[in-house]
Amino acid sequence: MKTAIVDYGMGNLHSVLKSVQEAAQGVMQSEQIVLTDDADMIFSAERVIFPGQGAMPDCMAALNRSGLGDAVKDALQNKPFFGICVGAQLLFDHSEEGDTQGLGWFSGSVKRFPNNQFDELGNRLKVPHMGWNKVHQIQQHPLFDGIAQDEYFYFVHSYYFAPENNSVSLANSDYPSEFSCVIGQDNVFATQFHTEKSHLAGLKLLQNFLNWRP
Amino acid sequence: MLAKRIIPCLDVDNGRVVKGVNFVGLRDAGNPVDVAKRYNDEGADEITFLDITASSDNRDTILYVIEKVASQVFIPLTVGGGVRSVADVRRLLNAGADKASINTAAVINPDLINEASSFFGSQAIVVAIDAKAVNADNSQWHVFTHGGRQDTGIDAVQWAREMQARGAGEILLTSMDRDGTKRGFNLPLTRAISDAVDIPVIASGGVGNVQHLIAGVLEGRADAVLAASIFHFGEVSIREAKLAMQQAGIEVRL
Repeated sequence: MKTAIVDYGMGNLHSVLKSVQEAAQGVMQSEQIVLTDDADMIFSAERVIFPGQGAMPDCMAALNRSGLGDAVKDALQNKPFFGICVGAQLLFDHSEEGDTQGLGWFSGSVKRFPNNQFDELGNRLKVPHMGWNKVHQIQQHPLFDGIAQDEYFYFVHSYYFAPENNSVSLANSDYPSEFSCVIGQDNVFATQFHTEKSHLAGLKLLQNFLNWRP
Repeated sequence: MLAKRIIPCLDVDNGRVVKGVNFVGLRDAGNPVDVAKRYNDEGADEITFLDITASSDNRDTILYVIEKVASQVFIPLTVGGGVRSVADVRRLLNAGADKASINTAAVINPDLINEASSFFGSQAIVVAIDAKAVNADNSQWHVFTHGGRQDTGIDAVQWAREMQARGAGEILLTSMDRDGTKRGFNLPLTRAISDAVDIPVIASGGVGNVQHLIAGVLEGRADAVLAASIFHFGEVSIREAKLAMQQAGIEVRL
């Protein structure tokens, strides 16, 4: 089975590759993990991972420049697909960041955390939301197998997704109010947090993805 | 809610941990990969390396270290020390670092922060600020370079604001009058910086015990605390530190 990690020039791809390789150690079938900027490799892969880091407009521009848009859209239609951070945000209709159009796979938009929010103790909450926060699963999903409720994952983002349809939201976090941090539908699963930077919980999630038959 | 972070920091010289650490049973206490792995297993939220390699001939050694660490440690890694250009940042990030920390170079050329954050995103750029009080009642602080010896004359609070405006994603604030003393962070400085910016602040410099870490968060309003010696020499474990912080009402990832 081949898993393609899409290299469109944005993201800490070395980390994503290494963590997926590590996760692959724990799966039954032999997995070929490739980091690729070649559309044919993505078209021929059985699974696709779509990372992303930095500003949404830059990521969208990079994706357009890379010529990988069709391969990514094909993957969204047809195969197990895992989006991470801005790779997840790109799946929406629109982001407030740079007023950018996304791929429109999920209805809804991506909004900015306001500055000057406070926690219950009166401390100011910084933006970006950076660090380990609890992920509260709100729907069952095979990718959550073996992952504790309210497990910590690592987040770095200033924008969060606001799906139009709540049924696609699989998990929430708080900052300070609830926001969706995992979305999914059919063969597509995407996280706001950096799965590849989330220690054992992140590795488990990736391993579940490699084993997933949606 | 968002937990406060504990970040152990290692000085690396020519690919080796300086001064070593005192982990019982660690096969090679001078190997940064082994040490990072150990901290990772013990619950560190992130790892920071400070590359203090003097010779420009061996600047690539740290890249090799980063690659190895990124293959085995799946938590965020920040690397600083001698980062002077966008090319330097690129090399570190391509090797697997998540964030690059820039200190003196930002003072010499603040535009570097705009450029680097524009290329790689603010989330990849940490600006390290070494600050010391310049008045008797510890209410005014300047940015210092050269290990705290040279007063730049720049107001530290203004500087932090400017760095945020130029695109820094995070500030690493070292209390230079406390660094190495084990008397705790300069709390008024830490608080002033934390209150002045919207981006996260990591407090560093002077940690001697867990109370200092707690004060850094509760009084200094830091989002994260960075320490070296207390963890390296086994005085306090990361778990002990987190339990103490939790007891004090601070949310930590346990």
